[in-house]
Amino acid sequence: MSSATAPSSSSPTSLRNAVIRLAGNSQDGIQSIGGFLARLAGRTAQEVMTYMTIPSTISGGPSIFQVHLGSGEVLHEGDEADVLVVFYKHSYENHIAALRDGGICFYDTADMGPEDIKHERGITHIGVPFTSATVEAVGGSTRDRGKNMFVLGMVCAVFNLDKEKLVGIVSRQFGKKDESVLRNALLAFDAGFAYQVGDVEKFAFVPGEATTGHRISTDGNQMLTLGLIAAGVRYGSAYPITPWSSIMESLRVELPKYGGLYVQAEDELAAVSMTIGAAFAGHLAITGSAGPGLSLKMEALGYASMAEIPLIVVNVQRGGPSTGLPTSVEQSDLMQAIYGSHGDSPRIVLAPKDVEDCFYIALEAGKLAKKYSCPVIILSDQALSSRIEAFEEPDLDKHWVEPTLDISTRPEGFKPYPLDSITQHAPPGSKMAGGKYPVSTGLEHDEMGHPSGSPKMHTLMTAKRRNKLVQLAKELPLPEIHGDQTGDVLVIGWGSTYGPIKESVDRLRLEGHKAGALHLRHLHPMPDGLDGLFKKFKHVVCVEMNDSGLYGYGQLAMLLRASLADPRIQSVCKTDGLAFRIREIVTGVEKIMSAQA
Amino acid sequence: MSTALVTPAVPAPDKLTKKALTADHPTWCPGCGDFAVLNIFYRVLEKLQYPHENIVCVAGIGCSSRFPYFMNTHGIHFIHGRALPLATGISLSRPDVHVFVFGGDGDGFSIGGNHLNHAARKNIKLTYVIMDNFVYGLTKKQTSPTSPIGFKSKTDPTGSIDRPINPMRQLLASGATFIARTHAAQVKHMEAMFERAILHDGFSVVECLSECVMFFAGAFDDSTPRKGGTFDTIDETQHDVTDDQAAYKMAENLAPGKFGVYYQVNRPTKNALEQKWIDDTQSKLVGVSQKEILKKRFEAMR
Repeated sequence: MSSATAPSSSSPTSLRNAVIRLAGNSQDGIQSIGGFLARLAGRTAQEVMTYMTIPSTISGGPSIFQVHLGSGEVLHEGDEADVLVVFYKHSYENHIAALRDGGICFYDTADMGPEDIKHERGITHIGVPFTSATVEAVGGSTRDRGKNMFVLGMVCAVFNLDKEKLVGIVSRQFGKKDESVLRNALLAFDAGFAYQVGDVEKFAFVPGEATTGHRISTDGNQMLTLGLIAAGVRYGSAYPITPWSSIMESLRVELPKYGGLYVQAEDELAAVSMTIGAAFAGHLAITGSAGPGLSLKMEALGYASMAEIPLIVVNVQRGGPSTGLPTSVEQSDLMQAIYGSHGDSPRIVLAPKDVEDCFYIALEAGKLAKKYSCPVIILSDQALSSRIEAFEEPDLDKHWVEPTLDISTRPEGFKPYPLDSITQHAPPGSKMAGGKYPVSTGLEHDEMGHPSGSPKMHTLMTAKRRNKLVQLAKELPLPEIHGDQTGDVLVIGWGSTYGPIKESVDRLRLEGHKAGALHLRHLHPMPDGLDGLFKKFKHVVCVEMNDSGLYGYGQLAMLLRASLADPRIQSVCKTDGLAFRIREIVTGVEKIMSAQA
Repeated sequence: MSTALVTPAVPAPDKLTKKALTADHPTWCPGCGDFAVLNIFYRVLEKLQYPHENIVCVAGIGCSSRFPYFMNTHGIHFIHGRALPLATGISLSRPDVHVFVFGGDGDGFSIGGNHLNHAARKNIKLTYVIMDNFVYGLTKKQTSPTSPIGFKSKTDPTGSIDRPINPMRQLLASGATFIARTHAAQVKHMEAMFERAILHDGFSVVECLSECVMFFAGAFDDSTPRKGGTFDTIDETQHDVTDDQAAYKMAENLAPGKFGVYYQVNRPTKNALEQKWIDDTQSKLVGVSQKEILKKRFEAMR
C-alpha cells in the first residue's frame, strides 16, 4: 500500500496491494467478511491471500482474519496490516502492533473511546459506531448481528471495491437462507457503505492484469478435496480432527454424486483400515488426519508398505506434539511422514506449495499411488487448509482421471509380489486363470505371497519395496530455481512457505544479493540431482516451520545433510505457530550468510 | 458401493469344490480345533456355490487368523485387531463380493474390541467367525479376554483375576443382527450356524469354541459329550430369536451355556442405507457426466 496516508483528498490514492486485518470474536462473522473479500478478489482479476485464526474453543474466543489483496502476484499474507479493523478494546490491544507505521485503525466506539487510543507511529485512528449504526440500520433486536456486514460495506467504500460484484456475492451467500436474513445483511452493508468515515484517505486498486480463463478463489482443504475427486478417488474413511475435518466433510457430501462413498470411522485405526480395505478391493482410496491421527495410523501404513497397497493419506499438519496447537501452523511432521511406523517401510511423501497446488498434488498422489502401489502421504498444513487464494480454474478436460476397477482375469502364473517388476494387485472379483488366488499379506512373503522367513527373501523384498522409490527419484523433474540460478544463496523450502520464501528471495535480490529460491514438492523421494543445483550457490539455507532440534537443523535440513553430505546446508527454523513473515526469512538468511562469510 | 464401477459377474462359473478352495496346508498344531472350522467352511462354500473370484477371506493376527493362507480365495492377512474395519472397507465398496472374516478372541474382543462394537451397530454386511480358545496361543499362553478367572497363564501365573467378557451379551449390546454360538467339535451344528450366518443379510457373528490343545487343553470339556460334558443346543421352538431380552437372559451363564442362534433380526445394513443415499444423490444428477459435476462445482467458485 502507498506510504502516503495524508488525510483527506478528493481523488482516491491508487495502490497495487493492501493488507487488511479484522479482529474481533469468533461469533462476529469476521471470517465471512474475509471470505467475501477473497471471493471478490478472485472475480476482479486481483490476487489474494488470506490468513485466519479460528480459536480452538467452539465459540466466543478471539478471531481474526487478515486479507492481502493485490493487483499483482500475492505471495504471502502480509507482514503487517495497512488497515486494522477492531471490534473490541481487547482486539485493539492485541493487534495494534500488527498495524504498520502510518496505518489506519477503525474501531467500534461501542467498546472503546478516544481515551483508549495509543497515539503512536503516525497511526490514524477512526472511531465508527459499528454496533449502534448497525442496530439503527437494521432495526429491531438484532443487536450484534450484522455489524460484520456494516464493516464490509465500509471497507468497500474506503477501498473503492466493486460494490455491485460484492453485493452479488453477498446475495448469493445469504440468498440460500431466509429472505429477511439477506435483507438485513444488505441494510447493514449499505449503512456501512454510506457511513462518512470522515477525514481519511480513500484508495483504489489499479486494475489487475487481465487473465485468460476463469479465476476461482477458495481454500486449500477444498482444493485438496476436489483434486482427489479429479484424480479418481471414490472411497475412503476418516475420523474428525482439526484442521483435517473439512476435507472429510466435503468428501462425505461430494463422493456420492460420483457414485462413491466416504465414511466416518470409529477411530483413526479403523479409518486407515477401512481405506486399505477399499484399496485392496481395487479402488483408489484416501484417508487423512492431522499429526496425532497420522501417528495412530502408522501401524497400518507399515502394512500398506509391506503388502504394497496403493493408498493416499493426507496429513494437514498443526502445531505438535500431542494436542499441541490444534489451530496453528507447523511443519513438524516431515520425519513422521517419511520414517514413522516400524521397520523399513518406504512410502512417497509430497507437499503442496500453495492453495492452487493442493489440486495438482492430489492428482499426482493418485497417479503415483497407482503406479508404485504404495502409500502416498500428502503433507498439507493448517495455513494452507484455511487460507483463501485466487487462481486460475483447473482445466478438467486436461486433468480429469476416470476411476477404474480392474477385475480382468489374470493369466496363469500371476505373481502378486514379483521381484522383477512393480506389484499390481488382482483385486477381489478378478478370476485367476491358473486357479491360484492371491493373498495380500503383512508377513514377509515370496513372490506368490506365501509367508517367508527366509533371510534372502527379506533382503530381496525389502530392496524391491525400496527400489520403487529409487526409480521414482530418477523420474522426478528437478525443481526450477526462482531468481538467480547461481550466486550467493539458495533458499530451500517445502509446503506452505513457498510464497513467503519466493517474496523473501525477491527482497534479498533487491538488496543486492544473488539469491535463488528452490521449492521441494517431492520430499520422499527427493528428485535426483539436487546436489548439482546446490553447488551453484555459496550458501544453502533451509527455511522450515519446525524446531532446529539438538543439532541445529530443521527436519528437511537434516534429511538434505544426511543424503547429500553437504555441510553448507543451514537452517532457519521457527516454532511460534505462525506463518513466516518476509522479514523473518530475510533476516535469518542474511545472518547465516554473514556468519559463514 | 458404486454399481457403475463393478462389472457383472462372469457367466457360468466353475464348480466350487473343496479341492479348488484348498491352499497351503494349515500350520496349526495337531489336534487344534481350527482344522474342523476350516473343513466346515469349505463344505458350506461348496454348498453355496458363490463365484470363486467373489469370495474374500479377511483376518487379523493370531493362530486362527492364518485362515486366509489356507483358503484358495482372494484373501488378506491384515494387522492385529483391525480385520473388521478392513473388511468394512471391502464390503462397503464392493457389493459384488462376499466378505468373510476370521479371527480369535484376542483379535476380536481385546485389541479389536472397539471395532466389533461399531461394525455391529452399523450392521455391515459380512460374516465374522470368532474362533474362541480362551487363550493367546500364537504368543504361547497369555491371558485372553475370555480366559476364565483362575486360568494360569504366563501373564497370570497364579491364575487370572480379571472377569472375562461375555461374548453373547456384548454382541447383543453392540447391535449385531445375527449372533450364534457353536463348537468346533460339533461339526453338524457348526455347519448349520455358518450357513445361517452367511445367508443373513447383515452383520453376522458366530462365536466358535475351538480348543487350543497346546495352551488350554480341556477348556471346553464341559461342552464336549465324549469328555463327559453336555452340548446343550437352543430349542428355537422355545426361544424367540428376535427377543433380545430373552437372548440376554439365556447368555447369563456361558460355562458351558447353550449353543445355537441367540439372536437374529432384520435391520437395514449400512451397505443398503449408504447405497440409498448414493442413489438419491445421483438421481438428481441424471444425464450429467462425473466430469461435468466437478466442472459445475468449480464454476460456482468463480
